[in-house]
Amino acid sequence: METPILRIDHLTVRYGNTCEYCRNGGALNKNTCPHCKTVWACNDVNVQLYEGEILGIVGESGSGKSTLMKSLYFDFDITEGQGYLQAYKNGQEDIFAQSLQQKKYIRNHIMGMVYQNPMLGLRMDYSSAGNIAEKLIAAGQRNFGAMNDRVAELLDAVEILQSRKKEPPKNFSGGMQQRVQISKALANNPAVLLLDEVTTGLDLSVQVKVLELIREIRQKFNVSMMLVSHDLAVIRMLADRTIVMLDGKIIEQGLTDQILDDPQQPYTQQLVHSLL
Amino acid sequence: METILEIHNLSKEFFLHAQGRAIKSCKNISFTLPKGGFIGIVGTSGAGKSTVLRCIYRTYLATTGSVMYDSLSYGKLDLVKATERQMIHLRKVEIGYVSQFLTILPRTTAKEHVINGALDAGFSYEESMQKAEEMLRYFKLNENLWDIYPNTFSGGEKLRLNLAHAMVKAPRLLLLDEPTASLDNNTKILVKELLMKLKAEGTSIIGIFHDLEFMEGLCDEVYNISAGQFQNSKEVS
Repeated sequence: METPILRIDHLTVRYGNTCEYCRNGGALNKNTCPHCKTVWACNDVNVQLYEGEILGIVGESGSGKSTLMKSLYFDFDITEGQGYLQAYKNGQEDIFAQSLQQKKYIRNHIMGMVYQNPMLGLRMDYSSAGNIAEKLIAAGQRNFGAMNDRVAELLDAVEILQSRKKEPPKNFSGGMQQRVQISKALANNPAVLLLDEVTTGLDLSVQVKVLELIREIRQKFNVSMMLVSHDLAVIRMLADRTIVMLDGKIIEQGLTDQILDDPQQPYTQQLVHSLL
Repeated sequence: METILEIHNLSKEFFLHAQGRAIKSCKNISFTLPKGGFIGIVGTSGAGKSTVLRCIYRTYLATTGSVMYDSLSYGKLDLVKATERQMIHLRKVEIGYVSQFLTILPRTTAKEHVINGALDAGFSYEESMQKAEEMLRYFKLNENLWDIYPNTFSGGEKLRLNLAHAMVKAPRLLLLDEPTASLDNNTKILVKELLMKLKAEGTSIIGIFHDLEFMEGLCDEVYNISAGQFQNSKEVS
């Protein structure tokens, strides 16, 4: 049996004190307990990600997609659950149970994250090259020349002109900011790339560029990716497998074309039939 | 004779939650495909022909029944129950699917499309390039179309590109979903010749076609599917 490079077991993120009712699995009002108002943003989520694959995640707003992604990047503290990364101590130790320092190590060496909002992923006032270098420095790189070369290489990979590397991302268009984010995320050759709505808000031709880039990256570096998107066409084009989330839970998962062409759950059927 | 695919009692039902009812598509389909064989399926539209193929390719989850496939990678395997990872691997390397529609990544040229297919199957870039060119030539796609985005291709060109994309992986099992539906006679004859060649080279094929004339001399056996069930089968000489 193939070992996943990332395995998440029973991940739960909740806000609130919980009561006996919701702790014992009582029915929630969407993701909120009707009695104590605890919000179960992610509720017992199990995910396996395999080498070189793109895993699509779809679901309505508030279904817990971004919470899942941000928990993996340690932006949120999780309430319960375990995560194992093959690239971290051979998948023997729970990444969520590590010290802050170890979490920083994982974040800088093994993971890359591209946020929906570039403001979250980039420092808008620093130069673009500086943004990428920040990630390299975080991973222990101190040699200016080597950093300079690596930044040049990364900007080339995302097709941003070298002549603009000293400009801050706030001067860039949305698509360019997204590409700077991607190059920053790739800086330390991560094993897992987390992509949260990377194409939302971009015009079609820029969208295609970003998508092409994602495909190329996968082909070249064999990176595994988790891709959150509202756009089912993007999911169909890129994802090998897809999971569907609703109210903090995974309600359905399978091969992408199977999920989109033969959806089983009421919500997934509704989603697919809402396609323009 | 060795078989590559054994389908037993395959049924598919779509449950539509919004309507609160199930639609039966195909039921109790059983047949076997010998290695290197060619089975044709005919039937009126809506009879469930495509459903059978899609259940084999796992685009649809079969409701009941089994699809035993004799794979190189995993031995005998029920495709209904295979894991998603196994299916992805089989699709990349062993099972090809061709329909009359071209699904292509945006801004990918015809040649790149075929190269991508070969890359998926695990060939190096140089090998993929060489194989892609071979395939495009084999399927007689005009060389000045290779570096063009195929959205503007004619139906026949799209189909040949589809075939090239599927065949560049040299699949052992090829599923054809009405590939000739929109083609003129000359192109049909060309496709028929190409399919004959593939068959002669040992690819096992299941194909849905509309015209019986086309199937003559090509299919070893033709099944007629009606109201979701196989009605009769006949050997085609």
